Amino acid sequence: MPAAVTVSERAIPVASARRVAARVAPRWRGLALLAGLLALLPLALPNNYFFEIAILVALNAMVCVGLNLLIGYAGQISLGHAAFYALGGYGSALAAARWGWPVWASMPLAVLAVGALAWLVGRPTLRLKGHYLAMATLGLGVIVSIVLANEDQLTGGPDGMTVPPLRLFGRALQGEPVWYAIVAVALWLSVWLALNLIDSPVGRALRALHGSEVAAETAGIDSARWKLRVFVISALFAASAGALTAHFAGFITPAKASFLHSVELVIMVVFGGMASIWGAVIGAALLTVLPQFLTVFKDYETMVFGAVLIATMVFFPRGIVPTLARWIARP
Amino acid sequence: MSLLTVTGLAKRFGGLRAIDNLSFEVEAGSVHAIIGPNGAGKTTLLNLMTGIYRPDAGRIVLAGRDVTGLPIHRWAAAGLGRTFQNLQVFFNMSALENVMTGRHLRERCALLPSLLRTPALVRAEARCRDDAAALMRRVGLEAYVDAMADGMPYGALKRLEIARALASEPTLLLLDEPAAGLNATEAREIDALIRHLAAAGMTVVLVEHNMRLVMEVSDRVLVLDRGAKLAEGTPAEVSGNARVIEAYLGADIGAPTEEPAHA
Repeated sequence: MPAAVTVSERAIPVASARRVAARVAPRWRGLALLAGLLALLPLALPNNYFFEIAILVALNAMVCVGLNLLIGYAGQISLGHAAFYALGGYGSALAAARWGWPVWASMPLAVLAVGALAWLVGRPTLRLKGHYLAMATLGLGVIVSIVLANEDQLTGGPDGMTVPPLRLFGRALQGEPVWYAIVAVALWLSVWLALNLIDSPVGRALRALHGSEVAAETAGIDSARWKLRVFVISALFAASAGALTAHFAGFITPAKASFLHSVELVIMVVFGGMASIWGAVIGAALLTVLPQFLTVFKDYETMVFGAVLIATMVFFPRGIVPTLARWIARP
Repeated sequence: MSLLTVTGLAKRFGGLRAIDNLSFEVEAGSVHAIIGPNGAGKTTLLNLMTGIYRPDAGRIVLAGRDVTGLPIHRWAAAGLGRTFQNLQVFFNMSALENVMTGRHLRERCALLPSLLRTPALVRAEARCRDDAAALMRRVGLEAYVDAMADGMPYGALKRLEIARALASEPTLLLLDEPAAGLNATEAREIDALIRHLAAAGMTVVLVEHNMRLVMEVSDRVLVLDRGAKLAEGTPAEVSGNARVIEAYLGADIGAPTEEPAHA
């Protein structure tokens, strides 16, 4: 239980009242800003390489928005989100390439299957207090990446497999600008859904669990049930991004499922700011772009991520976006 | 008719009998205080009465429903609302959202409408917001309707917890030391609030150290000592009881106790 609060530390009602009053509008202001940014960004992208980075940013941001619902709002950590991401891609690729499903159907199928898997893993572990989910997802991630690498009959093994393109109205959707448009819409929808969720009875229940689990349960909130649901939602976000990635790239390898990738996703969320949807987007953007400009450090990428995590914890433990927001809001 | 019936309740921690074969009833519409010296088992009883602990023996029946051993979140559905001695406010939300969260069981809390923010949900949220604001006014928090919880003073947070508990429309309101940590003026305001709630027909169980508050607002007082019932009756009966005076109250029952904050 959190310690009781003394009067003196908390007596700043005027500033906080303003903070609340300013809270309702930014939802749409933020969404409009994001839409504008996503629409104008292509004008600043000189070639396909930059388009590719922008697409990668949007896909990672999608995963992080979902993962942040889990970490920032349900207070649980998943160390296996890369597995959900990869399974979204592999699932859709397998259904399309091996079983002949049309891609518009194989993608939702794979995403729903990943959701079911997350439910199976989350249900027993989220009943327990503590970070059992982190352990279970860590195990799941390792198993998934081993299976993907070893089942070469099905998955092509460590070399990966080719993925059929997404076809709509008889046309294959290919090329970076087209895919940029697809993932931009997908990212905007993800942010919209996440913002909706947070500002709803469900979001309040989640935030309440984070604020005080015992008080939340006293209000009738079934913590295991809501944690499980948000975990499944976050897995659905990851799987959707994974399916899009696979069909965009036309190729998928087990590296997508690696433990390191899971950790990178968590670092993006923590760096951007837990319990901040915009933090997840910005964290994903910065930490996706950063390595591209640090190609000299290619071999040290993991170390850079580690250093970023340590620096975040030391200098702005709330994450970069909440810290900046407070800094700007301070009179 | 009794709203809450506790029968043969027992809880042991190792060799310690924290609560030992305790039975009592709380009448609907009454204010029932539970008092006792430190270590008497008040906290244990409270944790048993709210589902945080499971009893080793005994039954708790709330509004005709056996709630013994139910998980915490099911007690709210059975009609229990409570506050906490050490504040359990959701500091990551606004004051209003704290109270809105109290309405969790009264609102439709569905995933898909929440994700899509359907017009029906927007309307329900507006109603919920109005109801919560009305409750905040009812407990005297009109000045904080737009405040963040982490910007509110201690006394207001105590009342915010009461508003949040009331939001679930409970049949039984359990207040855990509502006056702890408050100054004399704030304690009197809580006193007035409890009377107000009782007058409106709310059944209140009050666990309190502040003797003046207990004596002024309670219809019945249960005195615990070493996990067992020492005495039970009206405030006058209890304060006149020789065993109670010996065990707990001392000679100066009339004087307001200046309890230090238990926060």
